[in-house]
Amino acid sequence: MTRLLYFPGCALKDQAKEYEVATLAALAALGYEVQELPRWNCCGTVYALAQDDLMRHVAPVRNLIRVQEAGEDKLLTLCAMCYNTLSRSTHFVQNPENLRRLNAFMDEEEDYAGGVRVLHLLELLSGIGPANLAKAVKRDLSALRIGAYYGCTLLRPREVAVDDPEKPEIMEKILAALGATPVAFPERVECCGAYLTVTKPEAVRLRVGSILLSAAQNGAELLVTACPLCHFNLRERRPLGAPKLPVFYVGEVLAWALGAKPIPEEIARAMGVRG
Amino acid sequence: MAAELRIARENLEAPFLKKVAEISGQNVFACYQCGKCSAGCVFGEHMDLLPNQVLRLLQLGDDSVLGARAPWVCAACLACTVRCPKGVDVARIMEAIRQLSLRQGLTPVEMKLDRDFPQIALVGAWRKVSP
Repeated sequence: MTRLLYFPGCALKDQAKEYEVATLAALAALGYEVQELPRWNCCGTVYALAQDDLMRHVAPVRNLIRVQEAGEDKLLTLCAMCYNTLSRSTHFVQNPENLRRLNAFMDEEEDYAGGVRVLHLLELLSGIGPANLAKAVKRDLSALRIGAYYGCTLLRPREVAVDDPEKPEIMEKILAALGATPVAFPERVECCGAYLTVTKPEAVRLRVGSILLSAAQNGAELLVTACPLCHFNLRERRPLGAPKLPVFYVGEVLAWALGAKPIPEEIARAMGVRG
Repeated sequence: MAAELRIARENLEAPFLKKVAEISGQNVFACYQCGKCSAGCVFGEHMDLLPNQVLRLLQLGDDSVLGARAPWVCAACLACTVRCPKGVDVARIMEAIRQLSLRQGLTPVEMKLDRDFPQIALVGAWRKVSP
């Protein structure tokens, strides 16, 4: 068993619980002993874009200090938004002046020394390699035509991108290794509207309609994402008349393939896969 | 927007422009108006000024840009940022314009709490309107 420290974040303990449960079951099947980061706090949700705003960098860096306290140098994330804020904070503190100012600013914890690497689930799976993933597959998912929806935070900005920000393939390669049939579609890298869902729901509906249409027109019958906010918008802000594609987390499909979780009956029935 | 184009030193050295540069860390004069940011912006259709127009007004020192709706429509998806051939982080400039309003106590967006939301939606939306 390989030990791995894991940062859940708020969504995975609440409305995205199924993403956590499925992924942890699947990672156990792949030989990982996943341990939750002790005393984790909010990642900050959105990365602070203002240069003069030191206060907003404290939350993510505190989590990096917890990793350091645990004697580890890697942190696994499942939520795409947590991945983005935490990973960007590791880049922020690569500037020695930023690191010095942040350490001077915080007085309840030990100084952060730098060096923690934040890893997204997709990077972990990609590192395991397609051949090893294929060897662990227990269930035939070839009838599942899956569109991988990346959204923003896995791909942008460039320094934290899990793959090429304009032409990513990492999720499609993983889905193919798991025996499913990945379907690439143009809108897979375009924003769903994110937190505009609270201020401009009508704009988000237009986005979601466009994403679902793009996926359906290219032959996808199911969408997967790694972002709980995309998941919410794609399901809850679907405009009338848009294709009704079921939306799941990438960790759920992983667990189906590895036999760690049953395939939901309606998906199995609709797509002719054995549950 | 001014009816006639005036480029004067006082416009180019306007205090608000220095604040935008300070908060964003970006050089607005690097932009050469290719329009790639606007072409790829998935929320452009809801904006009163397209991202490249925001940049152009800043280059002219026109402070009417501070009252624009565009920065509040911007979802900070960073598509413009990764695509800019001049390396201008447009999303940081949008954030700087938002911050200049917020720090004066102005919050020109309305929360539409018509249903339950995941925490990340609420925290994200409120972070956008917090100075």
